[in-house]
Formats: sequence, structure tokens, C-alpha cells
Amino acid sequence: MATKNLVYERPEGFTETPTHYCPGCTHGVAHRLVAEVLQEMDVINKTIGVAPVGCAVFAYNYFDVDFVEAPHGRAPAMATGVKRVLPDRIVFTYQGDGDLASIGMGEIVHAAARGENLTVIFINNANYGMTGGQMAPTTLPGMKTTSSALGRDVEVHGYPIRVSEMLATLDGVGYCVRRSLHDPKNIRLAKKAIRTAFETQARGLGFSIVELLSTCPTNWGMTPVESLKFVEEHMVPAYPLEDFKVSEAIKQVKV
Amino acid sequence: MTRELWKGNEAIAEAAVRAGLEAYFGYPITPQTEILEYLSRRMPELGRTFVQAESELGAINMVYGAACTGVRVMSTSSSPGISLMLEGISYIAGTEVPAVLVNVMRGGPGLGNIAPAQGDYNQAVHGGGHGDYQPIVLAPASVQEAIDLTVLSFDLAEKYRAVCMLILDGSIGQMMEPAQMPEMMEVKRANWDWATDGRMGKRERRILTSIYLDPVQEEKMNLRLLSRWRTIQREEVRYKEYFLDDAEYVIIGFGTAGRVALSAVRQAREKGIKVGLLRPITVSPFPVEAIEQLTGRVNGILVTEMNSGQMLEDVRRVVKGRVPVEFYGRMGGVVPLPDEILREVQRITSSKLDVRSDPREEWYERMVGMR
Amino acid sequence: MQKEIIIAGFGGQGVLFSGQVLAYAAMDSGLEVTWIPSYGPEMRGGTANCTVIIADNEIGSPLVKNPPLAIALNLPSFDKYEDVLATGGTLIVNQSMVDREAKRDDINVILVPCNGIAEEIGDKKLMNMVAVGALLTALPELTLKDIEKALEGHLPGRHAHLLPKNYEALMRGFETASVAAVPII
Repeated sequence: MATKNLVYERPEGFTETPTHYCPGCTHGVAHRLVAEVLQEMDVINKTIGVAPVGCAVFAYNYFDVDFVEAPHGRAPAMATGVKRVLPDRIVFTYQGDGDLASIGMGEIVHAAARGENLTVIFINNANYGMTGGQMAPTTLPGMKTTSSALGRDVEVHGYPIRVSEMLATLDGVGYCVRRSLHDPKNIRLAKKAIRTAFETQARGLGFSIVELLSTCPTNWGMTPVESLKFVEEHMVPAYPLEDFKVSEAIKQVKV
Repeated sequence: MTRELWKGNEAIAEAAVRAGLEAYFGYPITPQTEILEYLSRRMPELGRTFVQAESELGAINMVYGAACTGVRVMSTSSSPGISLMLEGISYIAGTEVPAVLVNVMRGGPGLGNIAPAQGDYNQAVHGGGHGDYQPIVLAPASVQEAIDLTVLSFDLAEKYRAVCMLILDGSIGQMMEPAQMPEMMEVKRANWDWATDGRMGKRERRILTSIYLDPVQEEKMNLRLLSRWRTIQREEVRYKEYFLDDAEYVIIGFGTAGRVALSAVRQAREKGIKVGLLRPITVSPFPVEAIEQLTGRVNGILVTEMNSGQMLEDVRRVVKGRVPVEFYGRMGGVVPLPDEILREVQRITSSKLDVRSDPREEWYERMVGMR
Repeated sequence: MQKEIIIAGFGGQGVLFSGQVLAYAAMDSGLEVTWIPSYGPEMRGGTANCTVIIADNEIGSPLVKNPPLAIALNLPSFDKYEDVLATGGTLIVNQSMVDREAKRDDINVILVPCNGIAEEIGDKKLMNMVAVGALLTALPELTLKDIEKALEGHLPGRHAHLLPKNYEALMRGFETASVAAVPII
């Protein structure tokens, strides 16, 4: 008799709505990791998500938790408003690189500086996905986008911003790491980081952020496999996968 | 209850606290900073939320987040700061969550100055932010009214799931007057059926958003806002009348311009001129019916404002050329004095008015000629 | 009844507080009152002024062009408010800080050496209360007792020991002005 092996199950934190993301996009993976962590921590019932403007604008359709939808870049401010009046809830923002590192740079820096007890899932795919692949603050030098048609010329467009390295300098930050979603091993490491980030919040240990290097096959003009390879070969060297800040209190937490 | 001498800005802050304010988010800007400063001490004392945000953008979005949880929340600012908040205000309106805002207006446009002005009337009353929405806008003219309207604004915002904004000029914010504070109200978290405060194991998830990708759904939402607005127009109009019983002429002015006009009306009455005053308290919804009634029985209307005639257009829309409408305004932070308005009253009551003339044109020519 | 009073002087001369004392006294007497400062960058150095209006009815404009009463604690304020005072009005001038006589003869200008009197009492900061005492000679709606009660009720507790000297300053100002005042008709 053949045995049945369960290889996929919808996490409790997910609704039954199919996602609208492009084939090969790692948003789905990132969503799933967050949902799994919320389920494992048994906090689905008390979680409130803050959706961004960008591809993940409809994130609230996929998570089975209360959700609010922020103006472009303002998710950390909105999350501050939610968390300050409901300090016993779990509050997270899910933001892309245009949202977080460009228009919302002020909000993310100050939420981190205030040490807001929130968790930020930061998707870095080096471009504005939803509006059609324009240059983002994270776009790599030389990379062609629809608004840097000749490739990002740092003399004209400036240099990429390494958000995690920058935020890690702030005293209010409890946990700040970068991970990647380009292969199973890294996905497992990413999940562990997401868990640690939410544990940071649950313990009131300050601001937590996990930056996730992600793919955008549609706008990069690549197949899903090529885009995973691009992350490994081009994104990881530019955005090293490191722990930039893990406060002493969190080092004691085993996940 | 005894009267205390309250400064306008601090009175608004304390009134909000007494009305059950649970969270305040703000950013310093003159001439309203006393509200922020007062609450930085008062809110923590009571175990409530106070955050000095990184900008007005931060502040309004913190308000937005807290409003989604259903608590009583407020931010305050002055003209340039409100301009920065307009993005968030539109989102709050589009998400149909209640929030209270205060604009202690200053001279503008641009950086302008910090003197008292009413140049943000159009911005407040006719939207300001993008999209189709109507905020409730209250215009106190005294410290007592600022207190009473602050308390009322929380009720109105919640009742209609809308943005409720107080607009006052810097002089009311800085002025001290005797006033009575309401008793401290209990902070009660209403069990709203829309609030995103966490499922807590009891219910289906909730989503609060202002995005309706399907235009038909967005239009339905627009209609829902309009339907609520029609109720507000019907039920929430407030204004104050002075000397109108036998008035042959009427001044219409809100806030400080309205109370300055009161002094002019009294002086005119002493000279035997039958002039009265209508002071709108809600400038949105606008006191259409009251003005409509006056239109039928006065010989002329004088609109006075501390701007270039913004409310004037709303008055003219009601009057529809049936009686002459005249205008007197000062701009840029110049507060009109009673004798200036008295002079206007004397001019109007002693000359033949033409309903076809453009009051703003004529006012402009008089202003320029004055120099 | 409505009386408008402008108090003006250098920042640090207690201009705004003097106006508040009048406002408290008026409120405690059951009157309507407004107190409005000039606010803004000028509060940092330079001149400060506030307008106090006392009335027995709802007050309209909190500002007035030609007040019947004013206190000028320095020369720039004397120059400015002598010009705008209403005909027949009373201007209390801190004689210690000015070097000229009045120009107008259709108002009562009462010169009171506020600094000198305050120093005699032993605290030069009390010069503003000397001026307020002098003003009361032209403001019968408020009595010395009303002002004393306002000070007692609203002066921060840590300053309570200064009350007797404040009363003395008020009285000395009132007496000086009573002698100096020559009502014009």
C-alpha cells in the first residue's frame, strides 16, 4: 500500500484566496513564511497587519488576520498608531523597497528609532514591481529598469541604499537581518529570521525587521529560474546576508 | 461648575482629554504647539498614548492607524502642516474611520507667517485631499466654543465615521478667556463592528482599506459617503445669530472674523443702523437654510473673512443674486478691526447696491485703492 | 460696559503676566474678559504686548485699534501707544524708562516711576504691579482688593511669600497715580 506524504498544507494564517502574484515571484513564499510563523506562535487571533502600496497592496486578501491598508510608505506610522493603542497585539507591516526605502524612508527610520514594537517584513526586489518595473532605491548599479532604460548610472541616479545596514545603527532596533528567498536552504533561514523577528515583538524587545531578497521575474524579463539565479549571483553580493543587529536579549531566545 | 481662565490651545487639549482622547499624535508648528506640549505631559499622566511624530505625514498616519482600532484619536497642526496631512486625511475619509483634527490657521500661502488667518477655509471645507469626500468642519470663535466643539467633534466623527476638523485662527489658539471644562468622561472603547483591533478568537477578520479597484464598487462607496453627508447636512448645521430680528442688513462671518463683526454690529446699532450677524459654527455643513431665510428679508449681506473671500462663494451660491452680497476681507495674518467693518456697514447701508456687481472685484479695487 | 487695555513693554518686564492678573480679577468678579498676547518671534526679546478686554457682555473683537487704557513700561511702547490711545483715555507710563513728557493733551498721561518704587519696596521685578496699581485709578470696574485676590488665587504657590510685597507695589502705584492724575475734561 502506498503511503501518503503530506507535502503541502495551507497554513492556518492563510485565507483560501489564490494570490495574484506573477509566476515565480517570491512574494508568495514570503507570505507563506509569515503565515506559518503566526500559526506556530499561535498569534493569528491577535495579529493586525499593515499592507503597503505596491505589489503586496492586496496582502490583506491572503492573511486570515485583521488588516489595514496604508498610504504609500506610511505603513510604519500607521502600524505605530495601531500598536500604541493595542500594545498586546502583534502588529506587522509588509513593505516593498519603493514603499519602504524611497517614499517611506522617513517613516521607517523613525519607527525604528523610536523602538516601536513592530515587525517589518521588507521585500527587496530591486525595483517598483506594481507600477511596471521602475528604478527603486535598491536597484543595482547598471541594472536596466523601465525608468533607467540605459541602466542605473550612479553618477546620475545615485547609489543603492542598504536599508538593513543603516537601520541597524539605531538604538531602538532589537533585531535587524537580511535573508534571501532564492533557494530552499535560504528560505528555511528566512523563516527562522521571521520567527525571531516576531518573537522580538512578542517579548517587547524593540523594533524588528527582516529584509528579504526577492525576485521579480516579470519586470526583470527573466524566467523564474533565471531570476532566482540573478538573486544569488547579483543581489546577494550587493546585499550581504547577515545579522546586522541582534540585541543581547534576543540572542537568548531559542526559536 | 466654575469658570477658569484657559488659553485656547490648552483648552482644546484638555477638552479632548476630557472627551476620552486615547491617542494623540502631533508635530510642532506655531501657533498650535501648546496643544502638543500640553498633551506631552497630560496623556502619559493618564496612561494614554502620546507620540511626537517625525513629521505631519507620520502624525496623520499614526492617527489613521489608531483610528482603525476604534479609539478616540486626534492630531493638531497649523496650515502648512495640514497641507502635509491631506494625503492621510483623504485615506481616512476613504476608509470611513473617525478622526478629529484641529487646524490653528496662520497666514499663507507657503511658509507665510504665524499670524491669525482664515485662508484654509477652502482647503478644509471643499476637500483639500484627493477624491470625493466631505469633512465636517467646525469653526469656534471663542475659547468656550473651542472646548465645546472639540468634545462635539469626537461624537460627530464617530457618529458619521468621518473626519471632523476644527478650524480656528491663531488668535483663538493664543487667547485666554474664562471657560468651563466638561467633566472628565470615562474612556470607553465602543465595540465597533468595523474596528480592526484583532480577531481575538471571537470573529471573522476585518479589513480596513480605501482601495476599491472595481470602479463600480468605488462608486458605491462614494454614494455611501454622499448619503451620510446628506444626513449630516440635514442634522448637524450649527450657527449663532445676533440682532437678526429686525435686521435690514446682515453680516456673515465665522470664527474671529465673526466675533470682530459682532463689535462692529454693536457700534452700528448705537448709530441706529439695523444690522445683524450670522456666525456659522459649522462651516461644513454650511448653514444654507439660515442664509436662505435671510435672503428673503434683508436688503444686503456683508461677508467678512480673514481671507480673499472663500466663504463668500458659498454664500453667493445660496443667495443666487437675489440680494446684493458685499465682501470685506483682510489677508496674510492681518486681523480686521471693528471700525473697519463698521465703515463697511456704513458704506453698504448708505449706498445703492447692485446685485449684479462682483463683490470680490469691488473689494479688490477698494483694497488696492487704499494703498 | 466694555473697557480695553493694552499693556506693553520689553520682554521680561512682566507684560503678559500683568494682563493675566487683570483677566483673573475680572473673571473672579463675574465679568467677561479676553486676554490676547502678541505672539511669535517678537516674544524673544524686543517688545511684548497684550490686550485685555473687560466687559459685562459677550466680547466681540479681542483686539482694538484705539484703546481707552494702556500701560507703557518702556519708551518704544510710550511712543507707540500715546499715538493710538482713544481721546480722553488714560496712559500709565513707566517714568523710570522714558526721558520725555507727553505730547498729546487730549489724554491723561500719568507718569509713574515704576522701577524706582519697586526698588524701594525691595524687588525691581514688581514694577509691573506698580503699573497695574496705577491703572486701577482709571479702571473703577476692578478694585485693589480684586487684584490682590487674583494674585492670591493664581500666583504659583512657590511665589506665595511674595504676595505682601505685590500688594505693597499695587498700593504704591495706585497712590502715586491718584496724586498725579489730573483728569482732563
